[in-house]
Amino acid sequence: MALKLHVESLSAWYGEKLAIQDITMDVEDHMVTAVIGPSGCGKSTLIRCLNRMHETIPKARVEGKVLLQGEDIYAASPVSVRRRIGMVFQKANPFPTMSIYDNVAAGLRLNGVRNRDELDKAVLESLKQAALWDEVKDSLDKSGASLSGGQQQRLCIARALAVKPEVLLMDEPCSALDPIATAKIEDLIFDLKKDFTLVVVTHNMQQAARVSETTAFMYLGKLIEVNNTRELFERPREALTESYITGRFG
Amino acid sequence: MKFPFNRDTRRRWIDLTMSIAAFVCVVIAIIPLGSILIEASIRGLQSLSPAVLTSTTGQGGIGNAIQGTLILILLSALVSLPVGILTGIYLAEFGKNRLGAAVRFFVEVMTQIPSMVVGIFVYSLVLELGLIGLGSPRLVFSTISGVLALSTIMVPFVARTSEEALRLVSIAVRESALALGIPRYRTILRVVVPSASSALVTGSLLGIARVAGETAPLLVTAFGNNDWFRGVDQPIESLPHTIYIWATGPYVAQNQAAWGVSLVLVLMMLGLSIASRVVIRLRSVSR
Amino acid sequence: MHFFRWTRGVGRGVSADTLGESLFRWFSTLVALGVVGVLVLIATLLFFEAEASIRVFGWSFLGGTVWNPQPPLLFGALPFVYGTLVTSALALLFGVPISLGIAIFLSELAPSWIRIPLTYVVELLAAVPSVVYGLWGIFVLAPVMRTSIEPFIQGIFGFLPIFQGTPIGLDKLSAGVILAIMIIPTISSVSREAFLAVPDSQREAALSLGATRWETTRLAVLRYARAGLFGAIILGLGRAVGETMAVTMTIGNKNVISVSLFDQGQTIASWIANNFTEAETPLELSAFIELGLVLMLMSLIINIFARLMVARVLRQGEGAA
Ligand SMILES: Nc1ncnc2c1ncn2[C@@H]1O[C@H](COP(=O)(O)OP(=O)(O)OP(=O)(O)O)[C@@H](O)[C@H]1O
Ligand SMILES: [Mg+2]
Repeated sequence: MALKLHVESLSAWYGEKLAIQDITMDVEDHMVTAVIGPSGCGKSTLIRCLNRMHETIPKARVEGKVLLQGEDIYAASPVSVRRRIGMVFQKANPFPTMSIYDNVAAGLRLNGVRNRDELDKAVLESLKQAALWDEVKDSLDKSGASLSGGQQQRLCIARALAVKPEVLLMDEPCSALDPIATAKIEDLIFDLKKDFTLVVVTHNMQQAARVSETTAFMYLGKLIEVNNTRELFERPREALTESYITGRFG
Repeated sequence: MKFPFNRDTRRRWIDLTMSIAAFVCVVIAIIPLGSILIEASIRGLQSLSPAVLTSTTGQGGIGNAIQGTLILILLSALVSLPVGILTGIYLAEFGKNRLGAAVRFFVEVMTQIPSMVVGIFVYSLVLELGLIGLGSPRLVFSTISGVLALSTIMVPFVARTSEEALRLVSIAVRESALALGIPRYRTILRVVVPSASSALVTGSLLGIARVAGETAPLLVTAFGNNDWFRGVDQPIESLPHTIYIWATGPYVAQNQAAWGVSLVLVLMMLGLSIASRVVIRLRSVSR
Repeated sequence: MHFFRWTRGVGRGVSADTLGESLFRWFSTLVALGVVGVLVLIATLLFFEAEASIRVFGWSFLGGTVWNPQPPLLFGALPFVYGTLVTSALALLFGVPISLGIAIFLSELAPSWIRIPLTYVVELLAAVPSVVYGLWGIFVLAPVMRTSIEPFIQGIFGFLPIFQGTPIGLDKLSAGVILAIMIIPTISSVSREAFLAVPDSQREAALSLGATRWETTRLAVLRYARAGLFGAIILGLGRAVGETMAVTMTIGNKNVISVSLFDQGQTIASWIANNFTEAETPLELSAFIELGLVLMLMSLIINIFARLMVARVLRQGEGAA
């Protein structure tokens, strides 16, 4: 199995506060890696370090290495890193002043794609991949903010997919959604791993168990255990992991 | 499709260019400020001397202008601060209904009336009142009407800043007083207003700064006077008025002296502006 | 609210407190209404005073081009309205791009350690009194305009009617430049507020697509804040229209309607400032006050419009946050 991302001795700070500490882990190609752990343990911080979004916060700092297929992303320009490693946030954040079409096309336009046919094709493909096409195909020129919460989240996924990233990071993409919308996104995650590598942060252990091949458990800024999802849930190696997944936790 | 790293050089250049362009905008805006401060310092210092500061404009000094500005500011503050702050209290404490919203809107509108219009309003007001026997038409050009004009500008300004200051007082502070059974108006006067005091002082200082440099309304009210202050029913000189007269006058010496007056006025304004910052700073430290 | 009503009955001396409470409430309400009353008084009094002029000249006041204080008395506002519009337009032309650049730099692009000091310095521009800008305009700006900038412009664009005639330095162009400087703090600080109201999630959305800082600003910030920016610009326009002293001192004070920006002019405010106290007849005084009324209406309409725009965007910002 091919290695996509390699994280080595990664630590991150907010000002003086150490948020994640000395994390080393691998992310396999065309797999879904889930990151679980109690609130505040540093899940968001970790995945935001994987595409250099962490450093957009004032006074935030990172140490350590993240290799994307062997290349150190902290040695490249953050713009090109984010171009290859996309991100979907906890709260859907479509551009409210743009139409659905323009939302999806935004990333391509940034990269200088002007050709209408090419844009049309990419928008169609991304919306289909995000399982949103059927719902919006007649209203592509409506505002992105006019959609429901779950549709907005899928629009954001389509927007991230349109630039054809190699890795897609998702930070609790379902936490603001109802069960039906959540099920749609989960199906989507399952489909997406054919073309992409995914890292998904979630609060929900069932969700991690349902969608991922690998699961990482974090606690108080440290990576406690990372393993094959089934292994991790059925035979946790660490006592902390066990008490967390069995719900015997503070 | 693979995009190698660092391919987007053109976009990075645009990014850099726009950052520089935006920075240049800041520099362009600072140039006049720097130029004014430098010119006022260089040209102004030459024309300032103890004699200038202590003689009247009639004698070529600016003592009476300083005196006049201080009197105008003092009297306007005496009128405007109580009225403005009380209006602010109304807006912050009792203004959460439709009447309050309307008052807030009109107060906001008042802060935007051109000061020249305020001048001719006060001129007409004093004139009409004089004609119907309240006061006298002679009072049109007097300290009183100057103060009226400056207060008309200052009150809405102070009302808005006070409202904002009072709104910053946390609900916990209010509730802790109310929970002790202290009636609401005493809570406001004894607890809310004191805890907003530094923000209120800041607002008042800014309000004073807002009118201290006003000239236009004074042209048609306080008018100007070459002698020392001779009573609130007489015209009165002020620093901005002196600058205007001397700057537009035909004599080179006066033009030069106008820079000295400007230096005094600008230092006053900067002092007020910095003082208001310091008050805010003090508050945030003491918290 | 209910909480206050409930506590009111609890303490000692209930009736005295209730009295004090309602006295205080009524007193502050009265003062506040009094302040609003002043606004009503301003409007009615100006209207009352201007009535004579309105009756005699009607709408032709706005279209009239002469101001003739000797018989036959004839008063027209057009040159002043024209001067006000031209100088305000110039102020926006120069001031808006610079102000937006400043706001973008200070809120989006600048390294965080210089943001606060620079913001403070730009705000100091607003602390300089109008009359000092005027002084600076006469003795520093005008000579530079006359000897370098205007001849330079003329050298390149001299064929355009707006750049013809002998550069004098004290003209509409200089007045426009001074006004631009004076509205920069207004526009840039209101724009900055509009930018601050843009939620970070919008910036993150753009950044995570691989946008550069500038592209993020263009894609996520400027578009999201556009109503607020529009409001900021209109507020700046309101300020420019009402500004008096600096313009009076730099515009050259000539009652003409001329195309060339290198020619003198007059604004409503400058004409009032220069000549109001020298009105010779009641009708002329009335005409001056009508002029003031026109100025007030112009700036009120502009400002109310701007307030509505700004309020809209702030509400939008809160809703999305
Ligand atoms: N912007 C910030 N500034 C300062 N500290 C922060 C910031 N964001 C997060 N932190 C701190 O860093 C730690 C890790 O936060 P992070 O958001 O990564 O947790 P999380 O695991 O994603 O939590 P949740 O499940 O609630 O989203 C927390 O202790 C938090 O307080
Ligand atoms: Mg999180």
